[in-house]
Amino acid sequence: MQILRVLLLRLLTTAITLAGVAVIVFFVIRVVPGNPIAMMLPPGATDEDIARLSALYGLDKPMITQFGIWLSGVVQGDFGTSITTRQPVLALVLGRLPATLELSIMALVMAMILGGAAALAGTRFRGGRTEGAIDVANGMALSVPDFLWGLVLILLFGVLVPIFHISGRVTPSLELPFTTDFYLFESLFRLRFDLWADIVAHMFMPALALAIPLAAIIVQLLKQSLKETMNLDYVTLSRTKGYGETRVILREALRNAALPTLTLVGVQFTFLIGGTVIIERLFSYEGLGNMAIDAVINRDLPLIQGIVILFAVIFTGVNLIVDLLYTVLNPRLRHG
Amino acid sequence: MSFLRVNNLSVRLKKGPPLLRRVSLQVAAGDVHGLVGESGAGKSMIGKAVLGILPPSVEVTGGEIWLDGVDLLSLPLAERRRRIGATAALIPQDPLTALNPSHRIGPQITDRLVDILGWSRADANRRALELLAEVQIPDPDRVMRSYPHELSGGMRQRILIASAFAAEPKLIVADEPTTALDVTVQKQILKLIAGMQARHGTALLFVTHDLGVVSKVCQRLSVLYAGMVVEDTSVADFFAAPRHAYSAALLAATPKYTDPAAGLQPVPDAVIAQVRAEVVAFDRGAAHG
Repeated sequence: MQILRVLLLRLLTTAITLAGVAVIVFFVIRVVPGNPIAMMLPPGATDEDIARLSALYGLDKPMITQFGIWLSGVVQGDFGTSITTRQPVLALVLGRLPATLELSIMALVMAMILGGAAALAGTRFRGGRTEGAIDVANGMALSVPDFLWGLVLILLFGVLVPIFHISGRVTPSLELPFTTDFYLFESLFRLRFDLWADIVAHMFMPALALAIPLAAIIVQLLKQSLKETMNLDYVTLSRTKGYGETRVILREALRNAALPTLTLVGVQFTFLIGGTVIIERLFSYEGLGNMAIDAVINRDLPLIQGIVILFAVIFTGVNLIVDLLYTVLNPRLRHG
Repeated sequence: MSFLRVNNLSVRLKKGPPLLRRVSLQVAAGDVHGLVGESGAGKSMIGKAVLGILPPSVEVTGGEIWLDGVDLLSLPLAERRRRIGATAALIPQDPLTALNPSHRIGPQITDRLVDILGWSRADANRRALELLAEVQIPDPDRVMRSYPHELSGGMRQRILIASAFAAEPKLIVADEPTTALDVTVQKQILKLIAGMQARHGTALLFVTHDLGVVSKVCQRLSVLYAGMVVEDTSVADFFAAPRHAYSAALLAATPKYTDPAAGLQPVPDAVIAQVRAEVVAFDRGAAHG
């Protein structure tokens, strides 16, 4: 019951948030300098040409009328037509979304595995050299931004020891039997491990670059709350029951210590998705972020609007999932 | 043969002052041994040392803890934990913090039976239900499936008592088990622990600052001051004629509910000075020895 109520309330606030985002993005990109028509016509085009093309895309109408036309389309699931590619925005954006989702999820999983393992090791061997080494590595991971990690990885594993691909999502010469754009998941589903390995070899470095800063945040938070939890009475009691220290950490402390970390990971995960814009560019990865940069360069207004709305949907969706997960993991919140 | 024998146990803060000064005591199988003293006298510290849960800021500097014929301090950590888990148990002080908030009650009673002693889950569940009935918890089936936050403090302490007796340990350390409870519940819990102890024949190390409780449940007691045992005697002798001046003052300081006009009697300064002098003399002797 509780979960259902939370869900309904959140859907309502989500709708309001998205409406706000729609208004802001629509007007801001029309106020800033730059004009899509000027980008499309060759130099020397006459004023008449410009007026004709503007009329074609409805850009000659008052801004508020343009907004009305766009919004009524959006409500019916029509996000307009991309000015540069002349294809429906929704199809373009949804075609790129799986690539970015797969990259973000892979980065998140890497961050949780790396961060979780380091936090557990640091707690198990607290006060010793292992913890010191983890703290030092952590400080480094935190102080360098994701795109610099991307460059470092390209140098290390793309140039010096070329074991991963540095650009693209999949080797272009490969035959792809996929019916969806979720290459990573579909290759697994179809048991095509050869393709899966190729896709992972492409994703590994961009995903790792995105994962390193998030992993560092996870280590810091999880280790701190694990250490606090390790001094609680129920943990002490379980020691008297005969459990070894590793099992005490995993059985008694981890679940309770993970709760505060989880909320933060949710927030940080949205930053990670934001980070895909630059990382995708760096690795020429054909996702939403790469498309967003092209759209901005070409002043492709409908496409920018579509991408921003989609990012907003993803962000609010991630926050919703985190809240629900929190309710599931913490039994005290279930009967509110 | 005593089931628990502590010999000359010394504990101190790491690179700091001593917390226990060559403490010795013996608890025979099935006996109830009280540990009394003021706050900070080290009574809980003895219980923690016996169960191997001294805080990391503290170190053992000497002595032996013999549990069921084995010196615990000579064992490696994992082995020590297993032995303690199989033969001893703790009834903790605060029932509100001693149960894991994200596990159900059932597994928290049966975990030791299944994981450490290798019982089948079905046997362990049957045993847990029996124990919950024995500690007079209504509807044990439902309680097994509950989370700690759904139960009252008194209920949780009953559950912790049931859990302590689950593996039929030979020794239970009860660390001020009624301090955190309502006065009305304290008496019931005390009676419950005493009854369970008698039925199961478990030796009990009872940490308390309440001499009234000691007179009701214990056979022997150790009086502690500043980590030193000032008197180790039978309860009957203690209440008839305490030998040490500090013990006598402690006894006199216990409020007498039968005579409200008597007021409170603090431990006299002269007695404090005397027992402090003994501690100083002990430390000087230890430094030269």
